[in-house]
Amino acid sequence: MDFKANVPIYLQVMNDIKKQIVCRQIALGEKLPSTRELAVKYQINPNTAVRIYNEMELEGICFTRRGLGTFVTEDEEKYESMKEEITQGPIEEFVLGMKELGYTKETMIRAIEDYFERG
Amino acid sequence: MLTCENLVKKYMTVTAVENISLEIEPGRIYALLGPNGSGKTTFMKMVAGLIKPTSGRILMEGSPVGVESKKKIAYMPTESYFYPYMNCKDVGLYYQDFFEDFSMERFYELMEKMNLSHQDKVSKMSSGMMAKLKLAVTLARDAKLIMLDEPLNGIDIIAREQIINSIILCAGQDKAIVMSSHLVDELEKIIDYAIFIKNGEVERMGDAEALREESGKSIVDIYKEIYA
Repeated sequence: MDFKANVPIYLQVMNDIKKQIVCRQIALGEKLPSTRELAVKYQINPNTAVRIYNEMELEGICFTRRGLGTFVTEDEEKYESMKEEITQGPIEEFVLGMKELGYTKETMIRAIEDYFERG
Repeated sequence: MLTCENLVKKYMTVTAVENISLEIEPGRIYALLGPNGSGKTTFMKMVAGLIKPTSGRILMEGSPVGVESKKKIAYMPTESYFYPYMNCKDVGLYYQDFFEDFSMERFYELMEKMNLSHQDKVSKMSSGMMAKLKLAVTLARDAKLIMLDEPLNGIDIIAREQIINSIILCAGQDKAIVMSSHLVDELEKIIDYAIFIKNGEVERMGDAEALREESGKSIVDIYKEIYA
């Protein structure tokens, strides 16, 4: 994974995990890697890995079973809200970029339709 | 764990370390950053007890640097220091004679992770293999404070990943790791704490994520700001 320089690392990794959950690459209820495995996988600091699971737990995305490890929530509602949250980023980026080019809501929508028609 | 107060090191007319005061806490990975000649190696060598400070104090768990502190501190210098006739296994046995906390088992484990074999000879090693061997013997000790001087210097990306993984796996709540580098971007993701050394003094130090959040910049950008 390529990291952006100006965004905290724990947020970038959290986003990456959320994305995988939203795309069903990680299933609801699935066991997540240990913090150490996570640190090796993303080549990040082990304390950052601990922080990532703590923050995700606070957001209700995952939970810890004592002695068994960290698991993704099984809550479908949580999944939907995560999906909504994670799609905001790309949409915002697109809209801002198009606005800079002078597009309005209507011309943006037309541009998207044209794009899909051209295939 | 380690306290340094007003450390100074002068050689005749040259001042290598002007004034360094800092505290190293267990459970963290530190980056000691600065361009060549800023005093990083001199600082590490003083903590390792290899050279004596001109003035100032170094305390490892409350007692001054000496025989006892050397049992708790593992130091990996930049230069290679093995006898050319040795193979990897000999280097391990050599270390075992010196350090009570050295584990041959851990050494072999680390070697395997980094694709070194027992029979590889020091005299025939590439610089990448040598870097991995140095790291393996250093990390095979169960030291409280691990100091690595330029662990990633001149290493290809595959070996670099193996080295970083070994460092991540050996980090623990009761240990501190201090790594020096003038290649900041390589360390950016794996450190908790950054110490910027400029002309033998601490220019800035702090929690890496906090530094990033405060300034809205990466450690690399802060580095450029300080030294450019």
